[in-house]
Amino acid sequence: MDNTEKPFETRELTISMGPQHPATHGVLRLVLNLDGETVVKCTPYVGYLHRGIEKLGENRTYFSALPLTDRLDYISSMNNNVGYVNAVEKLFGIEAPDRAKFIRTIVAEMGRISSHIIWLGTHVLDIGATTPFLYAFRERETIMDLFEMLCGARLTVSYPRVGGVRNDVSQEFVDKLYEFVLDFPSKIDDYETLVTENRIWKERTVGIGVISAEEAINWGLTGGTLRGSGVNYDVRKHAPYDAYDRVEFDVPLGKNCDCYDRYLVRIEEMRQANRIIKQCVEKLPAGPVMADAPKFTLPPKDLVLKDMEHLIQQFVLITKGPTVPEGEIYVGTEVPKGELGFYFVSDGTGRPYRMRVRAPSFVHASVLPRLCEGGFIADVIANIGTIDIVLGECDR
Amino acid sequence: MEPLQVIREEFTDDIISVSEFRGQISVTLRKDNVFEISRFLRDEPGLNFNLLRDLCGVDYLGIKEPRFEVVYNLYSIPYRHSIMVKAQVPENDCRIKSVTSLWAGANWHERECFDMFGIVFEGHPDLRRILMPEDWEGYPLRKDYPVKGPEKEWSGFLNVLDKAKRFREFDWHG
Repeated sequence: MDNTEKPFETRELTISMGPQHPATHGVLRLVLNLDGETVVKCTPYVGYLHRGIEKLGENRTYFSALPLTDRLDYISSMNNNVGYVNAVEKLFGIEAPDRAKFIRTIVAEMGRISSHIIWLGTHVLDIGATTPFLYAFRERETIMDLFEMLCGARLTVSYPRVGGVRNDVSQEFVDKLYEFVLDFPSKIDDYETLVTENRIWKERTVGIGVISAEEAINWGLTGGTLRGSGVNYDVRKHAPYDAYDRVEFDVPLGKNCDCYDRYLVRIEEMRQANRIIKQCVEKLPAGPVMADAPKFTLPPKDLVLKDMEHLIQQFVLITKGPTVPEGEIYVGTEVPKGELGFYFVSDGTGRPYRMRVRAPSFVHASVLPRLCEGGFIADVIANIGTIDIVLGECDR
Repeated sequence: MEPLQVIREEFTDDIISVSEFRGQISVTLRKDNVFEISRFLRDEPGLNFNLLRDLCGVDYLGIKEPRFEVVYNLYSIPYRHSIMVKAQVPENDCRIKSVTSLWAGANWHERECFDMFGIVFEGHPDLRRILMPEDWEGYPLRKDYPVKGPEKEWSGFLNVLDKAKRFREFDWHG
């Protein structure tokens, strides 16, 4: 027959994945050109969650822009707050007291654990393992309860403040936290039992999404995504802030630059975060939790209600904002996703002239075409999971 | 050797000013040779600024002339030093050479800068709007752009409203 000798006709297929798709971790849209199962071209579209946080920040005082940072990476808002207040404090030239620094380190590492737990749960869920997701959310619930005990909010916390933290920690909180810290390593063992040596998991992640160390740096990757490629870059070690220079922790590094190594790195980061919290709780110094800098920090609320001078101070700081030295500053902090940087240009008034947010998710999303092109369509899901993006931060 | 010293010696003619604030050094440059200087900073042994941490624009409307600045925030992972390089871009010649071929990560940063400030990056492989819709008018982070947005609705939203109205009038049982 003539038909059999005719070559089988194929054509390139274009599909749009997202913006509403459970595996894109938010409103990310990928346009994929497919040749059979192989991805020929991948074009990400972002911006669906753009709220103009940089523009809004320029029109608010340094104090009132803090809640905006909660909405960047909304599953680890503590870390964004810590990054923001560190940048503003450096610009103001003030320093938080020791106790506040330790508390901020504790809450930042709690945020890191809760973010990594969500990453683990959703990443393995995308690839087909349902059980770890349920275990992961069990521990996240404990951390959320602790946050609620600490400041009344679970998700958008705004707990760290310029010059310190909002309120001191209670003994009850410290006890509950310590209980969690002692218990948590066994929980990580549980996840590892389910996932690490799982054959399906390894088939789906080993050798997938490989990016070499030089290339990863060239793409501007940071955080666990970069360290999975074996580059030793951690802002907590390179430019320590808060109490990170007074605690011991290791920076885990990957070897094979693939999804599986990035998984191992983040699992180990959870253990190290737990170690940091433990040390901080044990070393927690006594003292105030707010810097003594009346020109730059808001006065305590009880004094505002009783005392005229503090009322005036509060009024001036809230309406006009503090008088800030002119200059520009970039401060990066290590958030669960990577390096979150704040770049401020100050013109001497109470509002930033320019507030720039260097969002790790934005940079990580840009590397998706590099990871996906040439691979199978099923690996696109693994790659989206492994770069650990949150679109609220990506789009700002 | 200190990075600043090297830059001073190599590119004396391009430097407009150098400033330091809280231990962070920033160098303001003429925009013409920014690409060559960036390549030098990246490749020169002893400097090796291999990580482009950030790239963003700043609008100094009514404060400084030229109006725009593009800020390159560079970091060297092996040497642990950083520098901010700022290139001045005038409003009437709103273009600068792209550094995407040096740092692949600059790709989206430059697109965002184009989206928000209207600065054109020459030699960029795919210069489109990124955060705003493709048919958006105006550049939101410019200082003369209002916080509450333009008076008229965005055409894309008008299309949606129009479509909703048409569907409401549709006779489903006819």
